[in-house]
Amino acid sequence: MDNYNPANLLLLLVILFNFFLLGSSRLNACIRTVAIQGGILSLLPLFIHGFSGHSLFLAGGAFLLKGLAIPFLLLRAIRQVHIRREMEPLIGYVPTLLLGTLATAGAFIFSDRLPLIEAHRGSLFIPVGLATLATGFLMLITRRKAITQALGYLIFENGVFIFGMLLAEAMPLMVEAGVLLDLLVAVFVMGIVMHQINREFSSMNTGQLSSLRE
Amino acid sequence: MIAALLLLPLCGGLAAFCLPSDRFRPLLLPVCGLGHLVLTFFVIQGGQVASLPLAGNWIGVDPFSRLILLIVSLLFCGCSVYALGYLRYRIAWGNRIFVSCLLLFLSAMSLAAVARHLGLLWVAVEATTVASAPLIYYNRNRLSIEATWKYLILCSVGIALAMLGILFVAYASLAGGAHVSLQFDDILHGAANYSKPWLRAGFVFLLVGFGTKAGFAPLHTWKPDAYGEAPGLVGALLAGGLTSVAFLALLRTLQIMDAAGDGAMAREAFLAMGLVSLAFAAVFVIRQPDFKRLLAYSSVEHMGILAIGVAVGGVATFGAMLHLMNNALTKGVLFLSAGNIHRRFASKRVGEVQGALTLVPVSASLFLLGFLAITGSPPFGPFISEFTILRGIFTGGHYLTGGLFLFFLAVIFIGMGSTVLSVVFGKPLERKGDTNYRETIMTTGTPLIMLLIILLLGLYLPESGRKLFADAAALLEVKP
Repeated sequence: MDNYNPANLLLLLVILFNFFLLGSSRLNACIRTVAIQGGILSLLPLFIHGFSGHSLFLAGGAFLLKGLAIPFLLLRAIRQVHIRREMEPLIGYVPTLLLGTLATAGAFIFSDRLPLIEAHRGSLFIPVGLATLATGFLMLITRRKAITQALGYLIFENGVFIFGMLLAEAMPLMVEAGVLLDLLVAVFVMGIVMHQINREFSSMNTGQLSSLRE
Repeated sequence: MIAALLLLPLCGGLAAFCLPSDRFRPLLLPVCGLGHLVLTFFVIQGGQVASLPLAGNWIGVDPFSRLILLIVSLLFCGCSVYALGYLRYRIAWGNRIFVSCLLLFLSAMSLAAVARHLGLLWVAVEATTVASAPLIYYNRNRLSIEATWKYLILCSVGIALAMLGILFVAYASLAGGAHVSLQFDDILHGAANYSKPWLRAGFVFLLVGFGTKAGFAPLHTWKPDAYGEAPGLVGALLAGGLTSVAFLALLRTLQIMDAAGDGAMAREAFLAMGLVSLAFAAVFVIRQPDFKRLLAYSSVEHMGILAIGVAVGGVATFGAMLHLMNNALTKGVLFLSAGNIHRRFASKRVGEVQGALTLVPVSASLFLLGFLAITGSPPFGPFISEFTILRGIFTGGHYLTGGLFLFFLAVIFIGMGSTVLSVVFGKPLERKGDTNYRETIMTTGTPLIMLLIILLLGLYLPESGRKLFADAAALLEVKP
């Protein structure tokens, strides 16, 4: 537990950002927060695995993509379509915050009961990973704007990334690079689709995407 | 050889992006499609497990890969010729992105077929999602945007869950004290020592993740929208190629569970998913007013049949392998001919489309015959494979499953039949069907050849073909 200290601080920051994301309605701030969260996560490999080639590459790649490239794409997307706020979430901000708190508490209690290996017992990685996954899911479910759904997906991916930190030796460099590249292209395509949604519907509410149903 | 198989469509895709002419660019499709098919035949002829020296043992060919490669390659080759006719008709819309994405899609599917590393498999499957999303958006209207967005978000999140599942499998090896690796042979070798709770959790996430991509009910919600709004040939590639690739990922998962001695639990999950898919399909097929969405529910149904076949085991596994091929090619026939009918009538709603037989006689006949084939009428291939699965169910003593299976299939036959018959027969409405689309050999030849192949598969299965399916089935029969 002791040798994880700087990493633990970063993980606690990640949780704080989760709460901020659930409670904020300003899209610009949300995108920047996801960027900072991604940037913080990209430092984790250096703290756990030291300055090896693998962890440097992983940290650099994750920082470039999660911290810079993807937020840039998203910021450009909302600048083009002139939206600033998420107006009408399906569930209000306070209830989602409460749900987020419950999920985070649940994540900490639940990960105490998991059959973890000795080295990971009491580590913050698993509860924070689970809490971030839950935050991503909440964003995906409760928000209506295409951009907030994309953010939810990114937060979800951040949760997967935290969990993946424990298992860096299982993922070879090439695969890691492929995962990050896929993420980038996916967000790029999402950005284009968002632009088209806005052009056709003159808003980015996915609530209007409801003609296709039985 | 395998490298060429992956690089040919990749380079083709890049070349298509750089080529300036909308008129000549589509020619790259059949060139790459044929080249891919030829290479696939060479790879299939190759040794038992061939691997690529450069990438360590991350890429290799086993019987599953051979089967999926053949399916994807045959289907793509057919669709690429059809695409020539289709893109000539849609010349005004431009096709730079469309052609490039089609080729990248092929490359990603081939990579998924030969990946022997779970991480690489994940990368390839996610790449199929992003490469195919622009294809669904080709019609550029409100409905196709909606379909694309749903497809992109649902499949991306689904695939993210699969990544979590993969990490759980890796954690299972860590917790079990085994060597941590996601290389497939390492996993199969060490799975017996893996920590059971983590492995099971991993299995559930993998099933949900890749199951979303394969379109099992109730995770299928992107399917009717995407298949309904995408051009016919994209529908064919999604329903025949993409779902087969996703099913391959599920088969790999099942292999791991078998190796860990937990196959029974995994098979129960497959069986449940399969039956639920059949039930959903049966409910939504009845009185379905849109004949392309109808095909999507048929795709859900056939994913269910495949899952049940694999779950029951024994001779049904062989049936399921055969059914992968039959389903893919029959879906090709149905989507390509449905695309022709859609273009002629500029509508895909029953009531607006009637009497297709008088306006597009070849496509309408193909659509009708494709319907008969997919619902399991003799003498087509799906009859043999569905019958084999059914035989497996009853010899395995699963009478309740067998009864439900037959009941749902009958309901789906009647439900699909009423829609298909009213599209094909009757008298065309006034002022409908006055678009300038006319059938050509380019757009009817391919589905015709696919129909002939499934007819042939129904009448006579050559020894080399039987071996292909039997080898693949044998991979799931290894009892530890």
